[in-house]
Amino acid sequence: MNLAVKFCGITLDNPVIPASGTFGYGLEFARLYDINILGSFSIKGTTLEPRFGNPLPRIAETPSGMLNSVGLQNPGAEAVARDIFPELKKVYRKKVFANVGGHDERSYVAAAEILAREDIVCAVELNISCPNVREGGMAFGTDPAVAARITSAVRKVVHKPLIVKLSPNVTDITEIARAVEEAGADGISLINTLLGMAVDRRTGRAITHVPHAGLSGAAVKPVALRMVHEVASAVKVPVIGMGGIENAYDVIDFMSVGAAAVEVGSANLVDPFACKKIIEDLPRALAEIGADDINEIVGRTDRCAK
Amino acid sequence: MKETDYTVISNTPLNASVYEMRLAGDNSAITRPGQFVNLKVTGKFLRRPISVCDVEGDSLVIVYKVVGEGTAIMSRYTRGEKVNALTGLGNGFDIDRAQGKVALIGGGVGLPPLYWLLKTLLLRGVKPTVLAGFRTAADEYYIDRFSRLADVKTATEDGSLGVKGRVTDLFKAGEYDYFFACGPEPMLAALVNTGMDGQLSYEARMGCGFGACMGCSCKTKEGAKRICADGPVMTAEEMRL
Repeated sequence: MNLAVKFCGITLDNPVIPASGTFGYGLEFARLYDINILGSFSIKGTTLEPRFGNPLPRIAETPSGMLNSVGLQNPGAEAVARDIFPELKKVYRKKVFANVGGHDERSYVAAAEILAREDIVCAVELNISCPNVREGGMAFGTDPAVAARITSAVRKVVHKPLIVKLSPNVTDITEIARAVEEAGADGISLINTLLGMAVDRRTGRAITHVPHAGLSGAAVKPVALRMVHEVASAVKVPVIGMGGIENAYDVIDFMSVGAAAVEVGSANLVDPFACKKIIEDLPRALAEIGADDINEIVGRTDRCAK
Repeated sequence: MKETDYTVISNTPLNASVYEMRLAGDNSAITRPGQFVNLKVTGKFLRRPISVCDVEGDSLVIVYKVVGEGTAIMSRYTRGEKVNALTGLGNGFDIDRAQGKVALIGGGVGLPPLYWLLKTLLLRGVKPTVLAGFRTAADEYYIDRFSRLADVKTATEDGSLGVKGRVTDLFKAGEYDYFFACGPEPMLAALVNTGMDGQLSYEARMGCGFGACMGCSCKTKEGAKRICADGPVMTAEEMRL
């Protein structure tokens, strides 16, 4: 059974990539299992300057999912490169996707430049879709012209594959996808969290301190599948699908609608061994549908006769 | 940290909303009082972090208050039910730092982790005084158990049990040299403001419980700390910002 996939010229042993914000910088998980089994992983969204993020509560339970309003807490790009990557290299010999956040064009470019020069970084994942920061973040990912401007500015300084992570909080996601493709993105990942809200029934107050927060988990999977399907059909660059993936069958679903690889998010928080289990289960799940190479199933939804 | 499947031995109400659940399973990852377990709850997405109340061999005791749907589901678990848990989470109390006259200060549902802490301190020859606070007498639980092991002083906001007032009113300057505390945020803030030396266990809504999601960070003198992984126990000193 072949699980290896090629994404933007990078060969991954398998298509399973823990999503940014659910895997820290890998160190907590490296204590639990050998994280070298992963295809790769996307580091915690990192900005030029250190960020504390939003006040607590930042987390709420919702039906089949969760809300978060963390707000890109991270120690800053320099500290990640200087202090964290050397620690990570002791336990991880593969490469990471550097997820980069920002609040204006300059800060995106500077953070991307710092991280992209690190040898442990194989690609930059540009986060223009974080719903939890007041300035920038999602605001850049909901306007095609702005998304294209940030993408092309970062493109100029990053000489490694550049993936742009899209927000689902738009009317037509294909419009944004085409805009960043034209601006030089080598790949697209989606979806970031959906804006949502939860209310404390006793007090009537929003549960999270920042009332509108990012929804993730199984609840978003149908929306994510639809958007991955739309984007994969709209662009030529490869697509990473994510949104509510919990098991090997979910991976098959996302690849069927056109994803070349997948990211696994909230599932890591509930079950720290989720990605390990998914990778171990994939061969059997693929065998069940008669596939012997995972690449066979990519885009099969559109190849099927109705 | 370890993933363990526990079996429910008993699940008994202690008052109208507080339950004691006894579980059997692998406790080997639980090494210190003040640590917590993160329980998978049937039908819920996120786990529920609950402090360890007592550990003996493969028996684990947790005491929890029904505050929402997740804990309500837990309260209906019966003997024999399997409960998946991540265990041995958090730093726990550092008992080596206890010195002189020690107070264990628990407010409401903050009392449980102090029980195993008390037993551990007694084994070390430290004889703490327990200060327990509740809103009203009907909320009381576990005082009989604490009283068998230590001197216990109680306060209720309406005076229906013990002294009328807050548990922090029982903590008089000059009477103690060190404290361990767990309880609601205003209680912990009041203790930090006393300027006394001690350790406080914090509570937060958590995403993962093991340091991955940054869902429960707080500011300390030493920078941002994750309540789940760097805490839940913080020193009073580092919380004096």
